[in-house]
Amino acid sequence: MKDLIDDIERWRSNGQRVVLARVVTVEGSGPRDPGAAMAINEAGEVVGSVSGGCVEGAVVSEALEVMESGRPRLCTFGYSDDEAFAVGLTCGGTIRVFLDRLD
Amino acid sequence: MNQVFDRWIECIRNSEPVAIATVIERDDAVEGDQALPARLGATLLISRTDVQGSLGHAQLDAVVTRDANAALASGHSEARHYGSAGEARRNDVTVFIEVFSSPPLMIIFGAVDFTAALVKVAKILGYHVTVCDARAVFATKQRFPDADEVVVSWPDAYLKKVADRLGPLDAVCVLTHDHKFDVPAIIEALSTKVGYLGAMGSRRTHAQRVERLLDAGVDPPRLHEIMSPIGLAIGARSPEETAVAICGEIIARRTNVIARFLRDDIGPIHPAAT
Repeated sequence: MKDLIDDIERWRSNGQRVVLARVVTVEGSGPRDPGAAMAINEAGEVVGSVSGGCVEGAVVSEALEVMESGRPRLCTFGYSDDEAFAVGLTCGGTIRVFLDRLD
Repeated sequence: MNQVFDRWIECIRNSEPVAIATVIERDDAVEGDQALPARLGATLLISRTDVQGSLGHAQLDAVVTRDANAALASGHSEARHYGSAGEARRNDVTVFIEVFSSPPLMIIFGAVDFTAALVKVAKILGYHVTVCDARAVFATKQRFPDADEVVVSWPDAYLKKVADRLGPLDAVCVLTHDHKFDVPAIIEALSTKVGYLGAMGSRRTHAQRVERLLDAGVDPPRLHEIMSPIGLAIGARSPEETAVAICGEIIARRTNVIARFLRDDIGPIHPAAT
């Protein structure tokens, strides 16, 4: 989070909307701990990461939807769910990511 | 979130310990008079000096504030479940409590070659690193440019000064190799709450040190808290490899994982090359 605040503040001071995505739970092996964060602005620019690069693309699509709706959401990424997820983590773990727009 | 977020950023910038609690999940099935006050995304910020925002219910805020203070002490961020009014053993709302504490401290005694490498690895891991040695010619910022602080002082005197700042996430590494410095340093470190205490030296050196520590009145069971010979048994030789072995040991001790500690091994630290 510490690494993101300069960019987030810059975007916000330019009047851009920003969505913050944070890892809130990690089950099994996950590349980053809870608190790992990325921020996305309405131009689709990204800083930070929530995994080792495995699910960032999917997080950005979710973030753009949250950007539009303003409704926070909790997303699960991983292999261990019964459903076959389109994106997973190569490490085999499951992470949950909470996305919210900073209004 | 706006006001809370601004305060959050301010705390992070000032390295003020802060916890931010966010409602990340709520049970929508709860209806009627019992409807959940907590809104998804509601935040509560807890710092040493103030509490800002609300999760929607005064009792829930109180319980989460208590848990956030405990999380700040442990440095551990996690999602927790509560009833809508903060009751335990209910699962109406999930609150993610994220903590930002000041970085853990590593104090290294002894301004030697191994110290320079250990400073580097400790910095990668996010420690605030202090190098301390009583010999002013060795304890210089030029020799340890990566250290946050270089202090010229007798180790035990320095430890007395910072004792109440040391906690379970912090580490003291004694690399002095000299009984007159390391025995008083270890005695002093044992009286603090520091989570990791390691001391460099061969098995023979440590056996001599143990005798001196016992002579000085150290309670025998407490000798087991000293990780010596220091580091994991990974065959490390160079200062850099030894620094990795020491930091690996610190991580394993903190996470309570069984690893091969040199302390518990027998035989020479550096097996003969084959």
